Amino acid sequence: MNEKQETPLLFRKHRAEEWIGRIYTTFCVVLLIVIIVSIVYYVASKGVATFAINGVSLSQFLFGQTWQPDSNKFGALPFIFGSFVTSLLAAVIASPLSVCAALFMTEITPNWGKKVLQPVVELLAGIPSVVYGFIGLSVLVPFLRDVFPGQGIGVAAGSIVLSIMILPTITSIATDALSSLPRNLKEASYGLGATRWQTIAGVVIPTVLPSVLTGVVLGMARAFGEALAVQMVIGNAPHIPTSLFESASTLTSVITLNMSNTVMGSVQNNALWSMALILLLMTFVFVLIVRLLERRTRI
Amino acid sequence: MKFGKSAVLALTLAFSVSLAACGNNNNSSSGSNASDNASNASAASNTASTAPAETSLSGSVIASGSTALQPLVDQVAKKFSETNSGVSIQVQGGGSGTGLTQVSEGQVQIGNSDVFAEEKIEDAAKAAELKDHQVAVVAMAAVVNKEVGVTNLTKQQLVEIFTGKITNWKDLGGKDQGIVIINRPSSSGTRATFEKYALGQKTEDLKGSIQEDASGTVKKLVTETPGAIGYLAFSYIDDTVQSVQYEGVDPTTENVATGKYPVWAYEHMYTKGDPDAATQAFLDYMVSDEVQKGDVVELGYIPVSDMKIVRDIDGNITNK
Repeated sequence: MNEKQETPLLFRKHRAEEWIGRIYTTFCVVLLIVIIVSIVYYVASKGVATFAINGVSLSQFLFGQTWQPDSNKFGALPFIFGSFVTSLLAAVIASPLSVCAALFMTEITPNWGKKVLQPVVELLAGIPSVVYGFIGLSVLVPFLRDVFPGQGIGVAAGSIVLSIMILPTITSIATDALSSLPRNLKEASYGLGATRWQTIAGVVIPTVLPSVLTGVVLGMARAFGEALAVQMVIGNAPHIPTSLFESASTLTSVITLNMSNTVMGSVQNNALWSMALILLLMTFVFVLIVRLLERRTRI
Repeated sequence: MKFGKSAVLALTLAFSVSLAACGNNNNSSSGSNASDNASNASAASNTASTAPAETSLSGSVIASGSTALQPLVDQVAKKFSETNSGVSIQVQGGGSGTGLTQVSEGQVQIGNSDVFAEEKIEDAAKAAELKDHQVAVVAMAAVVNKEVGVTNLTKQQLVEIFTGKITNWKDLGGKDQGIVIINRPSSSGTRATFEKYALGQKTEDLKGSIQEDASGTVKKLVTETPGAIGYLAFSYIDDTVQSVQYEGVDPTTENVATGKYPVWAYEHMYTKGDPDAATQAFLDYMVSDEVQKGDVVELGYIPVSDMKIVRDIDGNITNK
C-alpha cells in the first residue's frame, strides 16, 4: 500500500523536476538569444544611420582615406587597414611561438614542460589589457625608438603587444589538438624509422594543421577586437602608415578615443557606430572561417 | 542541492532584471536615500553649522561627463553629502559628449562638459534647453620635451608646428631635432580649446602625429619622446616637461585671470532647464567660496570668482 503511493509521488517529483529544468534552460536560452539579437540590432541600426540618415556614402566610408569629421569627411579606410595589418602581423608573430610552445608541451617534454609552461601561458591570458598597454608604452616603445627609426609608437609596437596577448589563445587550442592526436599515427611513423623531428614535421603538424589554423583565426579575432592596449601604443593618427614604425589607427582605437567625446545621434557618433558594425561583421566572418576549418578537422 | 538550484534561478532572474533596468538609470540611486537618511540623521545635526544648504534637502543627483572635471565634482560631492545626508550624489565620467547627451535626454541631472553645449550638440533647440553653470576655469599650455631648447612660441609658430609647416626645432631656435606632435583626437574638448584660443584655427591630423586622449599618457610621451610637443592642463604640468610661454606670456593662473593668457576654457555643469532643489543646492555649493577657494585651487583649476574677465561662446571678452 505504502509503496504503491510512493512510486507515483516520486514519479511526479521527477516529472516536475524535468519540467523545471526544461523551463529554466529554455528561459536562459531565450534570454541569451534576445541579448544577442538586441546587440546586433542596436549596433546595426546605429551604424546604418550614418548612411541612411546622415547621407554619408558607403563607398566613401569604406574606401575614403580622409577622416575629418569637422569637414564631413568620413573615410574609414585607414582604420580598417590598421586593424587588418596589426592583427595579421600579430598572428604572424604569435603563431610560430604558440605552435612551438604547444609542441614542447605535448611532444617534447610532456611531463614537466606542461607543468611549467601551461600555467605560464594561462597567466598571460589573465593579465588585463591595460597592463599590456602600459608595459608596451613604458618598455617596448622606448626600445623600438632607440633601435629603429621613428617614434617607437606605431604598427610594430601594436602588433607585438597584440601578439603576446593572443599567444594563450593559439597555444591552448594547438595543445588540445596535439594531445588528442591518436597514438598510432605517431607510432606508425616511429615504426617506419622516422626520428622525432621527422614525425613532428611530416605527420603531427600536417594532421593538426586545421585545428592550429582555427586557433590562429580565433587569435586574430581577439586581436581585431582588442582596443585599450593597442590604443596606447599605436599612435592613432588617421592615416595609412608607410612604415611599421609610423603612427596608425585601428577601428577599435578610434572608437574608444572618440566615442565619449561625441554626442549621441551626431554624424560623427553614428560614423563610430558604423565602425562598430564593421567590427561586428568581421567577427561573423571570423566565426564563419572557424566553422569551415572545424569541418576539415576530423581526423 | 535545493539551495543550489534556487540560487541559480535567483541569479538568472537578478541578471535579467538588472538588464531590463539598464535602460533607466534614474532609479538606481533613489533607493539608497531612505537608509542614508536614517543612519545619518544624528550625524547631520551636529554638522549643521557648516552646512551650505538646509539639511532637510533630499533627493538624488547624478552628474556625468567630462573626465577633466570629474576629480573636482567627485571631491565636492563627497563634502556636500557629509552635510546634506538626504542628498545622494553620484559622479560618473564618460566624456563631455556623454554628459551632454545624458543631461539632454534627462537621464542625469547634471552634464559636465569642457565645451559649450552649442559646440557639441548639432540640434540648436536641444542645446537651448540646457542651462549653463560655469564652475571653474581650466587653462592649458603647450609643453615640450625638456631637451628641445625652446621656451617661448608665438601663435604663428604654434600654427606652423601643428599644421606641419615647421618640422624641426632648429627653425625655432632650438636644437636640431625633428618635431613630434602629441595631439588629442579631433573630438576632444581639450583640443578644441587649444585650437580655438592658441592657434585660432582648426588643424588637420598630420601623418605621423600621435594622438592620445588621456592627459597622463600625453605627459608621459612628451617627457620621454625626443622632440615632442603637446598641450596639457595646468594641473598636469610639472618639472618633467617644459611648459612654453605663449607670445611671451607665462602660463600662470594670474595671467589667465587678468586675460593676458588666452588659452583656457570654462568647465560647465549643464542642467536641463531649471534644476530641482537638491541639484541647485549642490551647484550653489560648487560656486561657494569654500569650494572655489579650497578644492578648486587645490586640484589645479582656476576659480571662476577669480576671473577678472568674462568670455562668451564666440570668444568675446568683457571685463567683469
